[in-house]
Amino acid sequence: MRLVVDLTRCQGYAQCAFLAPDDFTMQGQGEALLYDPEPADERRERVLRAAAACPVQAIVLDRGPARNGDRAAVPAPRRGGSTGDFLRTGRIVVVGASLAGARAAGALRYKGFRGSLTVIGDEAHDPYDRPPLSKQVQEGRVDAGHTGLPRRRAIEADWRLGVAATGLDLAARQVRLADGSSVGFDRLLIATGVRARPWPDPDEAALEGVLVLRTREDADGLARLLAGRPRRVLVIGAGFTGSEVASVCRTLDIPVTVAEAGAAPLVAALGGTIGAIAAEVQRDAGVDLRCGVRVSALEGEGGRLRRARLSDGSTLDVDVAVAALGGIRNVEWLEGSGLASGPWGVACDAGCRALDANGLVTDDVFVAGDVARAPQPAFGYQFLALEHWGNAVAQAEVAAHNMLSDQAHRWPHLEVPVFWSTQFGHEIKSVGVPNIADEVVVTQGSVPDRRFVAAYGRRGRLVGAVTVDHSTWLDFYKGQIERAAPFPPRWRTVDQPAALEPEPAGFPTHPSPTQDATVVLTGHDPDERRATLLPP
Amino acid sequence: MAITAPPSVFDQILDPAHRADPYPLYAELRRTPVARQTDGTWIVSGYAEIVALLHDPRISSEQHDLPAGAAASPLPPAFLQLDPPEHDRLRRIVTRHYGPPHTPGRVDAMIPDLRRVVSGLVDGLDGSTEVDLVDQVAYPFPVTVICDLLGVPREDEPRFHPWSEALISALDPGSGDQAERQRRRVSAMTEMGQYFAGLIHAHRQAPGSDLLSALATDDSPEGRLTDPQLLTTAFLLLNAGHETTVNLIANGMLTLLRHPDVLARLRREPELVIHLVEELLRYEPPVQFLPNRSALDDIEIGGTTIPAGSPVTLVLAAGSRDPAHVRDPDRFDPDRFDPDRFGLARDTDQHLGFGGGPHYCFGAPLARLETQIALTELSRRLVDPRLVVDPPPYRANPVLRGPQHLRVAIGGVLPAGG
Repeated sequence: MRLVVDLTRCQGYAQCAFLAPDDFTMQGQGEALLYDPEPADERRERVLRAAAACPVQAIVLDRGPARNGDRAAVPAPRRGGSTGDFLRTGRIVVVGASLAGARAAGALRYKGFRGSLTVIGDEAHDPYDRPPLSKQVQEGRVDAGHTGLPRRRAIEADWRLGVAATGLDLAARQVRLADGSSVGFDRLLIATGVRARPWPDPDEAALEGVLVLRTREDADGLARLLAGRPRRVLVIGAGFTGSEVASVCRTLDIPVTVAEAGAAPLVAALGGTIGAIAAEVQRDAGVDLRCGVRVSALEGEGGRLRRARLSDGSTLDVDVAVAALGGIRNVEWLEGSGLASGPWGVACDAGCRALDANGLVTDDVFVAGDVARAPQPAFGYQFLALEHWGNAVAQAEVAAHNMLSDQAHRWPHLEVPVFWSTQFGHEIKSVGVPNIADEVVVTQGSVPDRRFVAAYGRRGRLVGAVTVDHSTWLDFYKGQIERAAPFPPRWRTVDQPAALEPEPAGFPTHPSPTQDATVVLTGHDPDERRATLLPP
Repeated sequence: MAITAPPSVFDQILDPAHRADPYPLYAELRRTPVARQTDGTWIVSGYAEIVALLHDPRISSEQHDLPAGAAASPLPPAFLQLDPPEHDRLRRIVTRHYGPPHTPGRVDAMIPDLRRVVSGLVDGLDGSTEVDLVDQVAYPFPVTVICDLLGVPREDEPRFHPWSEALISALDPGSGDQAERQRRRVSAMTEMGQYFAGLIHAHRQAPGSDLLSALATDDSPEGRLTDPQLLTTAFLLLNAGHETTVNLIANGMLTLLRHPDVLARLRREPELVIHLVEELLRYEPPVQFLPNRSALDDIEIGGTTIPAGSPVTLVLAAGSRDPAHVRDPDRFDPDRFDPDRFGLARDTDQHLGFGGGPHYCFGAPLARLETQIALTELSRRLVDPRLVVDPPPYRANPVLRGPQHLRVAIGGVLPAGG
């Protein structure tokens, strides 16, 4: 059987770990959950008990081939929406077969689409889950090949896996593939996600021991290197992936240095003030954390990484370097397509409909997941791309719904963003959009105990909150963000510090990536006026 | 002549005359999901509102004002009646010896013992044509289990049962002499305190593998429970461990006997019990409501504002049957929690049977296993079971609601292990 835990929902009740202790384990202070995504069949009864007991129903499982069979999804009753013709005979192509693409494909069938469905993915594997790749897989608890996403019912589709999409012809309604073939569509969903940003020097990047962490193959490679007990691991970049790798190294008692160009770990997501706490957590766990430091060179011998030179003048003997430099959005295949796509992602409206280069909303092209850049009405209508697991799931469902609905029945994707990270025995969760905040204040719990809630405010309004081993309160803050509660909060709660004294949140200012877009305007009269996006 | 207001819906719920079927009254209550009572208490009965308040840090579980005439408690409150951070700290100290992260396998390892105890109790039904499933199975089973876990001699049950009854009757906000009830509660606590003090002393002299020995002797990084804290924690676990699961098992058998098709299915498909117990927790929850909470601040909810300082009661049993949350809520549907039935929206597949938030039922994993095992064994081995009286007589307590007796006619008992 296969399972995935929606850690966006998990509140750390640990019921699963009581009832199936071999498959679900709570780390640290007891809120950080690690699990086996493909538990052995002999533990089936325990896993079923664990899944049923989850108070927030965060555990999604299939019961293995014996129970799944080939039953097709049972369509839900429909209200409004598309004409029956499209539901029966339409052609939908989903480009991207990871979380967003697979979820959307399932949702399309569940919502009653019976026409032709093609799912195109550049990786040769069935859809799999990535969050375990930087955690339980690296700890050696789970094989990298065993994080397949559960598929409760067979999704009837033409799965074109291992073939990348290479182009989009909107006029002809065709997706071109790397094998030279083309697939026609009536409606298209773009869910091509991101890939890891490689180490910029290609020769250094090619050294054995230098890698990134995004795919199943990357994860398998790193897990093998860690199992070989390297002298020291260098992690380049202390975002979530980098910090999680450093955490695993300490769990495995492998020396690790983290080089972070910014002022603190997780600074882009949590800001400098809370990032400083993350720095203490890392150092207490024995990480050699160096902030404000860049890696100037990776040096090898005989094709193997041996040393790293840092901008602080030091040299480290290392066998493994993990470049955790964030992601690059997979948009190259859309170049020249006429969509408003670029390094920032693919722009779309709140209903996941893609914008073309003119800024016009398209009718039949939709975007979901990490690659989508959508307006956030609750956060100043900023266009944001959210590389979060929960965002991919929620957006995939909205996109699927809207692909089958007429204008009167479309949904806006207005889910308040939530993400999580499991590291150093802590469950860190974020709700809202902290990184647009100017101030932060600890509202509950205790920073020295490393169990607290921090609220983020922008111009007197609550815009985000981060919990550390305090996720039971996350939904309260979500509700307060939704109602645009004042900041600093004026409410009286349990476990409240004596005084709420906001500090600067300390986010680095990042210019929006869309300002790098070069656009030429042509034509004079409104009927001939056009915007053309130039290639980067 | 004094004019007496007609009893409120909540007063009717407290009235033992309505114990057998309070659900129509809960439906009436839900028409105003957040409603102020004449005594100033706010009754919350809508699912969404209850979930919000269970996770609202402006709600306190501490007793801020003692009711008039109440005698001061001789002991400090247990974690059930404390707020974070102290609640969290005490609960973590106890959890260290009971569950994850430090003792993850403890409850799971009890399964063989649970099966053995139930099997023995069901053996004892053999030879009768009529049995009382409360007195003969649903009550003795969890008592035996919690005594073993805590390290309390099982044969002392006749001594501690009356104390425990006095303590839980103090939970009943219903009519009657509150002051007298509080006096009985204090006297029960005093006697129970003496009893447990002796027991803890004995466990310190010769520690066993039980929870009390562990709590009495082991120092956690967050400190040890003080002796008074240890006493109240012991009361809490002993009471909660045997006054609630008894209702879940008895309500479960009652519901199965009222749905013979489901009982027949359970015999054929033992795995059904896993999801059936979840539905039972929704449909006939052993804890009907959570009294004794209060608002620390003004809370806007359900179109109204609960003012700071107000007592708040969360009616879990009403919330779990809220038609705005679950479809066809008054139907017992053993497949409701089957994952194969899940659609994409999973929020409707939750119930309030064990509460939620920081005070989520401490014994939930054990209660689930006990009930799954008991219902499996009873359904498999009882031949042709039929209710003798329906509805059965109920215990008076409206909070911990369940049958006083469950008389069942049987055609025999199949052998164990078949």
